[in-house]
Amino acid sequence: MSGEDKTKTVVNDIDRSMYDFRYEESDKDFYRIKQGLTPEIVTQLSDQKQDPQWMREFRLKSLEIYNQLKEPDWGPDISGLHMDQIATYVRPNTKMQGDWKNVPQDIKDTFDKLGIPDAERKSLAGVGAQYDSELVYHNVRDEVAKEGVVYTDFESALKSPEYGEMVHTYFMQLVKPNDHKFAALHGAVWSGGSFVYVPKGVHLSFPLQSYFRLNAKGAGQFEHTLIIVDEGADLHFIEGCSAPKYNVANLHAGCVELYVGKNAHLRYSTIENWSKNMYNLNTKRARVEEGGTIEWVSGSFGSHISYLYPESDLVGEHARAEFTGITFAGNGQNLDTGAKMVHLAPHTSSVLTTKSISKGGGISTYRSAVYIAKNAKGSKASVSCQSLMLDSQSRSDTVPAMEILTDDADVGHEAKIGRISNEAVFYLMSRGISEEEARAMIVSGFANPVSKELPLEYAVEMNNLIRLEMKGTL
Amino acid sequence: MAHSLVEVKNVSVSIDAKPVLHDVTLSIGKGETHVLMGPNGAGKSTLGNTLMGNPVYTLDSGSILFDGTDITHEGTDKRAKLGMFLSFQNPLEVPGITLEAFIRSALQQRTGEHVKLFQFQKDLKAAMALLNMDESYANRDLNVGFSGGERKKSEILQLLMLKPKFAILDETDSGLDVDAVRTVSKGIEEYQKQQDGALLIITHSTKILESLHVDHTHILVKGKLVKTGDGSLVQEINDHGFEQFIDAEGGKA
Repeated sequence: MSGEDKTKTVVNDIDRSMYDFRYEESDKDFYRIKQGLTPEIVTQLSDQKQDPQWMREFRLKSLEIYNQLKEPDWGPDISGLHMDQIATYVRPNTKMQGDWKNVPQDIKDTFDKLGIPDAERKSLAGVGAQYDSELVYHNVRDEVAKEGVVYTDFESALKSPEYGEMVHTYFMQLVKPNDHKFAALHGAVWSGGSFVYVPKGVHLSFPLQSYFRLNAKGAGQFEHTLIIVDEGADLHFIEGCSAPKYNVANLHAGCVELYVGKNAHLRYSTIENWSKNMYNLNTKRARVEEGGTIEWVSGSFGSHISYLYPESDLVGEHARAEFTGITFAGNGQNLDTGAKMVHLAPHTSSVLTTKSISKGGGISTYRSAVYIAKNAKGSKASVSCQSLMLDSQSRSDTVPAMEILTDDADVGHEAKIGRISNEAVFYLMSRGISEEEARAMIVSGFANPVSKELPLEYAVEMNNLIRLEMKGTL
Repeated sequence: MAHSLVEVKNVSVSIDAKPVLHDVTLSIGKGETHVLMGPNGAGKSTLGNTLMGNPVYTLDSGSILFDGTDITHEGTDKRAKLGMFLSFQNPLEVPGITLEAFIRSALQQRTGEHVKLFQFQKDLKAAMALLNMDESYANRDLNVGFSGGERKKSEILQLLMLKPKFAILDETDSGLDVDAVRTVSKGIEEYQKQQDGALLIITHSTKILESLHVDHTHILVKGKLVKTGDGSLVQEINDHGFEQFIDAEGGKA
């Protein structure tokens, strides 16, 4: 066995049949907006959604900004994405249900297969399930609601007499439409998503979870997630995403805005498993006040192209941010992921840990930025990124940037790119472990520090994904 | 006379087209302890790795039989499943899998049977105690951040837990202090006793052999077996070194 032979193995793709399960949509069941992006289409979307006046204006203004901004020229190629071929709004023909029984059968089957209602019964405080552009199911446990926790679909919050004003105040203030082209796009055509408010001092012992499913072909999903965790409160929020595979481009340009109050704590876990025809151009940002903590846990496995760099703005003293992420890029995937840490106050700290795996010609790029402002004295930042390439056709790059404007900061950085060591494979095999299993063991071991941070069912799923990826390597 | 467990017949080996071993023939019986000595660079580790099927080495000619089965072209995992074991000179770090999970997983794969957790943990504890290994190592990632001594103990721990019929110990004593050598020897003795395990101990010092019974000693110089004797050959090497054998080969190694 020479090293050369080993590096030319062909790796099978993930068995995605679970996600590829789908019902064909029919005109009878869905409302689908005309594809493309014009002021008329955006206005029509506002009509469909019965937007308040400010939102109608916001959308049109965002569209103007969208048309002015250029596509990014520094990342993966997105020339295969044609907005004139994307339907930005596809509404399932059902009202949002609070009782699983009332969800239409085909949609219910889809989520059943993904284990959503099951997870809710077992370990969640509340669940939202979005199908294409709208939530089709939503439920919060009574005891959670009694504590004043608000968890609702975004449209209801927008129109609610109690929270409408709050939404108006916070919506796209953290991620502004002029931030980049796809933030502007989001501002113009957003639909669905969740609004969460956790009042002062309330600790949720179970997580809330939203699941996003993009079922329609040639469509876009633009859900908006706005979470406000008030002073001293504590929340774990989980989002999962998947889609069946089509041979035309689909687009996901969601937006997540997280407000973490003084001494509050928010853990935001994501498992993204979009199909490999998806352009995932997602924007996530958190603003953390004094003594507050944001913890991001992120697993990126799907998509054709991803641009994803959750940002943490540490605006109060002693605010903390942690980002733990793993990216797995396979055949036909170019995943550009990482995180951004922005230290804007003294004694803030951030820890950034990422792992990326590439195989079968996949490209995985780690991109990060750490910014420490002049006044952020006594701040600490540590960055560690590790990449593992499973064969010689695959690529891993790291693009870490740092801008430190004070001498009084403690910054550490460590980057490592490697391949599976044949010596380590031999070592494991000398104990009676098959070559396939030895490689899987090394890869899951590599991923382990991240996978153990994921919610249990996702960690199990991730390990299965890795095993499936490794199957047939020899 | 014991039926031969390991038969190495006329084995020649090269690495990157460079010959390392020349026509080596060696036979090890069940439960026997053999010692392989020789100066640095003689090819001792190459022989150990070749027996275990390390793909880095190319077998140019010859054959290897284990327990009556021709394993010349068998993969490493198959050899291990038949009952072979190699204690590595430089055990590798494997992050993300604990020592305990690894041994259990290896046991399961070797036997194809489910390993019962309770008994396994009891055995593991006892073996770790014998090797003066702190129990906390069981939950640490395999060899990650282990000192040289702890890595060697981790190898012997695996030996005791996996219970092979034949183990190759590649420089298990190198880099160890006197106490650690004694501890590791104790582990090896236990393996000899419990399993009636056969051994090929590769070493260029003799410290590790002090408390072990040795049946045969082989001297390897420049890829050739130049002398085979009984346990007393070890003492001779101890007193006089390898000089006489190197000279016999017509030059310094």
